Amino acid sequence: MKEPDKISDSEVTPPAVYFNRRNFIRTGILAASAAATGMAYRKLNPVGKGAVKTAKLAGVIAAPAATNAATGFRVDEPATSFDAITHYNNFYEFSTDKEGVASAAQGFDTTGWQVSVEGLVNRPKVFKLDDLLKISPPEERIYRMRCVEGWSMVIPWAGFSLSKLLDVVEPTSEAKYVAFETLLDPKRMPGQRSEVLNWPYVEGLRLDEAMHPLTLLASGIYGRALPPQDGAPIRLVTPWKYGFKGIKSIVKIKLVADQPRTSWSEYAPNEYGFYANVNPQVDHPRWSQATEQRIGAAGRRPTLMFNGYEEQVGHLYAGLDLRKNF
Amino acid sequence: MKENDIRFLKLLILVNGLVPLALLVWDQSHQQLGANPQNFLILTTGMMTLIFLVLTMAVTPLRKITGWNWLLQFRRLLGLYAFFYGCLHFLCFFSLDRGFSVSSTLTEMVKRKYLIVGSIALLVMLPLAITSTNAMIKRLGGKRWRALHRLAYVAAIAGVIHYYMQAKADVRQPRVFAAVLAILLGYRLVVYLRQTKPAKPATTEAKPG
Repeated sequence: MKEPDKISDSEVTPPAVYFNRRNFIRTGILAASAAATGMAYRKLNPVGKGAVKTAKLAGVIAAPAATNAATGFRVDEPATSFDAITHYNNFYEFSTDKEGVASAAQGFDTTGWQVSVEGLVNRPKVFKLDDLLKISPPEERIYRMRCVEGWSMVIPWAGFSLSKLLDVVEPTSEAKYVAFETLLDPKRMPGQRSEVLNWPYVEGLRLDEAMHPLTLLASGIYGRALPPQDGAPIRLVTPWKYGFKGIKSIVKIKLVADQPRTSWSEYAPNEYGFYANVNPQVDHPRWSQATEQRIGAAGRRPTLMFNGYEEQVGHLYAGLDLRKNF
Repeated sequence: MKENDIRFLKLLILVNGLVPLALLVWDQSHQQLGANPQNFLILTTGMMTLIFLVLTMAVTPLRKITGWNWLLQFRRLLGLYAFFYGCLHFLCFFSLDRGFSVSSTLTEMVKRKYLIVGSIALLVMLPLAITSTNAMIKRLGGKRWRALHRLAYVAAIAGVIHYYMQAKADVRQPRVFAAVLAILLGYRLVVYLRQTKPAKPATTEAKPG
């Protein structure tokens, strides 16, 4: 057997150098691991948002400052930033992460969009989007938006009252409710590949709620076409109800005789009702609805009855037990 | 492992554990915590608490499987980090969500089951953090100290349940935490059952005829 090569004394690293080198390496490891942890954190919590730019809507009738407060069409509170409205969305068809919807919905193609208005109506029709939008010029409506999760925004929508569309199709006397349906297409809406909810998303209103002037068929925000994450190309807005009633990317509107099923109340009937009117006195089983976090503002503010639209819509619910019909 | 190496690895954990906090502070000061920074701070500190609880729980199974007994030396630091982030989590809730109002914090805690469960997780960690020093281990004696520190299981289980309960509909992430924790606790259960399996009494054995 061959003896190992002898190492001469001069080749042995002096202890001082050895320990210095070790410290040097250790500092390197420390820095590298911290950087790796930091990058992992960044990957999970990215910053810097993609700019959102959609086409400007033509002919938006701006809500005049003097708009009669009694209409509720223009709330006199600072509007939430466009950035926040387009990067903090509940739209499970794309992602269950509110901050992840914007990127997941990017490039959502709405060309050739059609909305079928059918059921108990005299004039059912499959509208091409452009024809639907021609029914009435878009009006600016500045509404509060209160999410059932306990946060809120003030959003300048563009759209027209749903009643104008219903007038065109003429509901029959048997029609008592309106049922809405979102597009079902897991290829374009990747969130639909997981069964968080029973797709397609469905919502509904009582006919008198649907005919209320505040009930908006919105096609824009801040004077621009709706970005995908906010429900492009057309969505519902009912400002006195929790946000989830505002069904997005609508493809079907059906007039029916009986109360239609709705996605969230089907998912958890004890937590989400058909009415879903904003009500600070009726808590969600798991959290309080008495206060809300206004996005862009510090602290929590008290939640208003019917989200501050009691004067306009309170009469719709006269005699109704709002604890039972939450 | 040499004492010196252990000390370096502890430093490594210490520094890396602070990275998420440093980035939270950085993002907050640059106003890039997203549209709902309050919520993000509460959620992220809670998430860090769960991550460190799970890491703490992973030490013993890993040590037994690999035979690397030196892993035990990092358990205290990991556990203290869980407590540290848990305290931050509560402070964020108390300040940002409840506006430093003790009464509103208490009423909310009593009313919401998931907050009760979360409070149990945090409160249980308090005596563990207090008795984590060498002096306290000596004072309590190894046996009693180990018995007390089984409360860590309660903290981890309650923490994951707390996370699960507050989820609106998407429980995929809480499920991942629950699954990992179940594996780590299941390992202990299997080890325990094997150790305590009684030897078969001879009388039950069939006698040759």
